[in-house]
Amino acid sequence: MPAVLIESSDLFRCRIEPVARHSFILSKGSAYALQCEAPFPPRPDGRGIHGEIPMTVTQPPPTPDAPSASAGAGISVGSDQGTSLLLSGSEAVARASIDAGCRFFAGYPMSPFTNLLESFSKLMRGPERVCVAAESEIEGANMAIGAAATGARAATGSCGQGLALMQEAIAESALNETPLVFFNMARSQQDYFQATRGGGWGDYRTIALAPKDVHEAIEHTHLLFHLADLYRVPTLFYGDHFIAHTEVGVTPHVPDLGPLPPKDWALDGRAGGSGRSKLHWTWNMGKVLDPGPGPDAHWRAVAAKFDEIRRLERRWEVDHPNADVMVVSFGTAAGFVEHVARELRAEGLSIGTFRPITLWPFPEEALAEATEDSRHVLVFEVNAGQMVDDVRLSVGDRSKIRSIGGISADESGLRYGALLDVPAVRARILAATGLEAAR
Amino acid sequence: MTRTEPPATPASPSTLPSASASTPTSTPTSTPLVLLDTDPSRPPAGAQKVASASPRLLQSTEHHFCSGCGEPVALRLLLEVLDELGVADRAIGVVGHGCYGGFVTTMDVDILQCLHGRAPSCATGIRRMRPEAVVFTIQGDGDMINEGLQEVLHTAARGENVTCVLLNNGVFGDTGGHMTAATVVGQRTKTSLEGRDPAIHGYPIAVADMIAGLSGVGYVARGAVHSGPGITTTKRMLRRAFERQLAGAGFSLVEILTMCPTGWFVPAAQGGTYSEQQLAGAYPLGELAGGGPAGQATAGGGAGGRVDAAAR
Ligand SMILES: Cc1ncc(C[n+]2csc(CCOP(=O)(O)OP(=O)(O)O)c2C)c(N)n1
Ligand code: SF4
Repeated sequence: MPAVLIESSDLFRCRIEPVARHSFILSKGSAYALQCEAPFPPRPDGRGIHGEIPMTVTQPPPTPDAPSASAGAGISVGSDQGTSLLLSGSEAVARASIDAGCRFFAGYPMSPFTNLLESFSKLMRGPERVCVAAESEIEGANMAIGAAATGARAATGSCGQGLALMQEAIAESALNETPLVFFNMARSQQDYFQATRGGGWGDYRTIALAPKDVHEAIEHTHLLFHLADLYRVPTLFYGDHFIAHTEVGVTPHVPDLGPLPPKDWALDGRAGGSGRSKLHWTWNMGKVLDPGPGPDAHWRAVAAKFDEIRRLERRWEVDHPNADVMVVSFGTAAGFVEHVARELRAEGLSIGTFRPITLWPFPEEALAEATEDSRHVLVFEVNAGQMVDDVRLSVGDRSKIRSIGGISADESGLRYGALLDVPAVRARILAATGLEAAR
Repeated sequence: MTRTEPPATPASPSTLPSASASTPTSTPTSTPLVLLDTDPSRPPAGAQKVASASPRLLQSTEHHFCSGCGEPVALRLLLEVLDELGVADRAIGVVGHGCYGGFVTTMDVDILQCLHGRAPSCATGIRRMRPEAVVFTIQGDGDMINEGLQEVLHTAARGENVTCVLLNNGVFGDTGGHMTAATVVGQRTKTSLEGRDPAIHGYPIAVADMIAGLSGVGYVARGAVHSGPGITTTKRMLRRAFERQLAGAGFSLVEILTMCPTGWFVPAAQGGTYSEQQLAGAYPLGELAGGGPAGQATAGGGAGGRVDAAAR
C-alpha cells in the first residue's frame, strides 16, 4: 500500500496503531516521511504531498488529544507503555530518558537541539524530575554534573557548537567518574571528531552512539543511561535534525538491560561528621582517613576502564559484507546509503553497507572483516572527511578507501544540504566505483 | 608553598581608600593580629598557646597552607558553623580551584571538587536533586569573580537555595600571586607589577555588592578574618547564611576577606594589616542583604538590614 511523504507542518497528533520499524525519510529539507495510517487527507492545494514511497500502512483513528495530554508535572510516562504514540524524535528521546529514570536535565536553546530541551521542559516539571533552563551550556553541563554526583540519572545536551563549550565538563565527568548523558542534536555530521576525540583534557574517551532513526534513538537513549551507570562514564548521543524533528509512531517500552553496580560513591551528605564522608574528584584522593588512589593510579585505572569499554561495547550493523563495494556511513546518512544500496543491489550491483553504531568505540575489527574481500570501501559522511580516519585505521588495504561524502549545508547552515539525498548519494557511489548498475 | 620575595614594596596604604572609617571591626594598625610568619613550630616570642582545639569536622590538622594564610581560619569557621547547626550529616560542599582546595581531603563533609568557577552550577544540580541537603560552595575570588562570575550571578538571580562562601584575598594565591578581578587598585601582583592601574587593568568587581542588589537573594554579607572581632562577626555571618538556607530564603553569599601574605608579597605577620587597610578599605565589611533576625530575610535584594560589623 502506498504511504505519503508529507510536510511536518501537516502533521497533527493522533493515536496510531503500532507500525513497522523502519519509516525513514528519503527526502531532504523539511519533508519527513511518516508511517502514516491511511490515505492521508491530501491538502486541496496539493502542498505537502511530495511523492509516494512504499511503507507500511495501518488504520487511521486520529484522536487529536493523544500524547501531550498526559505531559505534565511528575507524569508517569510508563503509563503510556503499550500504547503507540505519534512523537517527534525529540519528544520520543525525552520520554525514553524519563522511562530510563532520568531525573535531571539542563539545556540552553540551540536549533535543532531546542526541540529536545522543550520536550524535557514539558515533561520534567519537578520536583521529582527537574529541567533547568540553564543560562549557558557551560552552566547546564556543570549543573548536570552536580545532579549526577548525587546519584541521580542526569543529562544535558546541545548541538556541536554548544557541545564545544561542554568539552571541559565531558572530560571532567569522565575523569571523576560521573555517569552523565550528553545529547548532541547536531546540525550536521561535522561533529564526528568532537564526538569521538573530544576536546577536553586528559586520557578519556566518550562512548558515542549514532542512531539512524527515531526508533533507534529511543533504544540508544536507554542504552546510554545504562552504559553511563555501568561504567561510570559520560556517554554521547549523536543525532541530528532528522532525528530531532521526524515524527513517528512509537510504542514506549523500558528494556531490561541488566544489573548495575550500586551507586555507593554518590554524594548524599549522610556520612558527614562520621569520619566516612566522601570526596568526588578527578584526582580521586579520598579523605585523609580513607585515602583514595590519587591521580596517577586513578587516571591509569580510568584509562584501563576505557580499554575495557573499547573491547566490550563496539556495536555495528553490516549488510552484505565483503560485497564488491562496501559503503561505510553513520547516523541518518546511513539510512540514505542503505536505501541506495538496496536499489543498486536490485539492479545487480554487488554492494553492501557497514554502519558503526558506536562511533567510539569504533568497530575496527568488524569493519576490517566486512571489507576484506571488497574492492572498494567508500565512506559517505556529510562532512569534509572525519570518520574516514577511523576507516583508514581499521581497513587493512588503505588503497581501497575513498571518501565520497562532503560538506553539505542548506542556505541557513542549520541543516543538511543537497548531498544528503538519494540521487546524490547514488551518483557519488557510482562515480567512485566507476561501475554502472546493470539494467 | 614557598614564600616569594615581593616584587616591590606594597603600595602605600595612604594611596588607598581608608579602611578604618567604614570598617570598625578592624584591629588598630599598631597591634596587628600576630600570626606565625616562619616555622609554625616556633611561635613568636611572648606567644602563649591558650587552647588546642580543632573543629570536630576536621579530620586532620595537617595542611600545606602558608604561614599567615587566612583561608584555614575561614574554613574553620565554616566547619564550626555546620557542626553547631547540626547539619554536617546532610551537608554537601562544592569546592572550586584555589588554595582552599587543600582542605577537601580533611573536611569531614561530602565534597564535590568541581571545575574552576563552576561550583554554583554544580551546587544547583545537587540542590535540585537533594532538597533535604545543606548545599554550599567554597570559592576564591579567582574562582568566583574571574572564571565563574556568570555562574554565581545566575545562581543568585535564580534564587537557588545554596550558600556560596567566597574567600577573597584579591589574588590568585594558588598560582603564585597574580591579579584577579578583585585585586584592589594599587595592589602589586605578578601580573600587575606596578600596582593595579585602572587605566591599564580596569577596576575590581565587588561581587557581593552586585549580588546584594539582585532579587532572589536571601542573604549577603562580607566579613574578614584579620582580627579577633572580625572572625567572630564572620562566623555569625556564616551562621546566618546557613540559617537562611535552612529557612528556604534563597541564595546566600558570605564573602570573607582572607590574608594571603604569599600572594601579597608581605611578611606573614603583616598580612592582617594589609588585609585591613587594602582589602577591607576597598570592600567594606557588613551585611549587604537579608540582615536582621533569622527568618526575616529581605529577599528582593537591596541593602536591607545592613549592620555595622563591629557591633555584632
Ligand atoms: C580552567 C582552569 N584554569 C586555571 C586553573 C589554574 N588555577 C588553579 S587555582 C587558580 C586560581 C585560584 O585563585 P582563587 O580562587 O582566588 O583562590 P586562592 O588560590 O587565591 O585561594 C587558578 C587560576 C585551573 N585549575 N583551571
Ligand atoms: S591563599 Fe595565599 S597565603 Fe594562603 S596558602 Fe594560598 S598562597 Fe599561601
